Amino acid sequence: MTTGMTPVATPFFFYMLSGLAIGGGLLVITRRNAVHSALALIVTLLAVAGLYLMLYAPFVAAVQIMLYAGGIMLLFLFVIMQVHTERASRDRRFNRMWPLGLAASSGLLALLVSAFAKGRALFPDRMLRLPESSNTQQIATLLYGEAGKMGPYTFAFEIASLLLLAAIIGAVIMTRRKI
Amino acid sequence: MSPITTFHYLVVAAALFVLGVIGVLTRRNLVIVLMSLELILNAVNLNLVAFSRMWGNLHGQIFAIFITVTAAAEAAVGLGILIAFFRNKETMNADEIDLLKW
Repeated sequence: MTTGMTPVATPFFFYMLSGLAIGGGLLVITRRNAVHSALALIVTLLAVAGLYLMLYAPFVAAVQIMLYAGGIMLLFLFVIMQVHTERASRDRRFNRMWPLGLAASSGLLALLVSAFAKGRALFPDRMLRLPESSNTQQIATLLYGEAGKMGPYTFAFEIASLLLLAAIIGAVIMTRRKI
Repeated sequence: MSPITTFHYLVVAAALFVLGVIGVLTRRNLVIVLMSLELILNAVNLNLVAFSRMWGNLHGQIFAIFITVTAAAEAAVGLGILIAFFRNKETMNADEIDLLKW
C-alpha cells in the first residue's frame, strides 16, 4: 500500500497540463489543415491523460492513452488521408451558420460561468487522497465481479463489447463498395 | 498558491466542453466536427473522474471508461458514414451536404 506521499509541485503540473489541454483544444477548432487539428487533438488527449494521473486514476489514464490517443486518433488520421482534405484546407474554415453557432456557444459559456460562480462554495477545499496501487484491482472488482458473483458493472461491460461488435460490423459494411 | 480542488478540474472540463461545442457548431470540415465531438466527450470524462476523486469511490472512473469505449464505437461508425458519403459526393463541407433539403 502506498504511504502518505505528498504530491510535489502539484499546481505547476496542473496548470501546465490544463494549459496544454485548452491550448490544444483551441488549435483543434481553429486550424485550416485537418492533420494539424488531429495532432492538436492528440496533444489534448495526452494532457487530459496526465490530468487523470493527477486525479489518482492511473487505469483511466492508461485506457485514455491506448484507446483514444492510440486508437481513435489513428482512425481519424487514416480517414483524413483517404478523404483528400487538401482541397478542403484551401476553402473557408467556418460554415455559413457560424454567427449563430458562436452565439449559442456563448450562451452555453455564460450559463456555465454563472453556475460555477453560484456553486463554488459547494465543493470542498481539499481533495481526498486515494491509494494508487489498488486502483486497477478495484476497477477490476467492480467490472468483473468477485468469487463467482457478478459485479455491479459486469452486465454493462458485456453490453459494451456487443456495442463494439455492432460498430465494427456496421463500419465494415458501410465502407464496402458493393453492399 | 491555493491547493488544486475539484473546482479547478471542473473549470478545465467546462472550457474543453465549450471549445468542443464551438467546433461542432461552426466548422465546415466534417472531420474536424467529429474531432470537436471527441473534445466534448473528453471534457465529460474529465468531469466524471474529478467527481470520482471528490466522492472517494470509483463509479465515476468506470463511467469514464464506458464513455471512452462508446466514443471509440461512435468514431468508427461516424467516420464510416463520412467515407461512404465522400465516395458519393466528393465533398467534406458541412455546407454542401444538403441532399435532404427540399
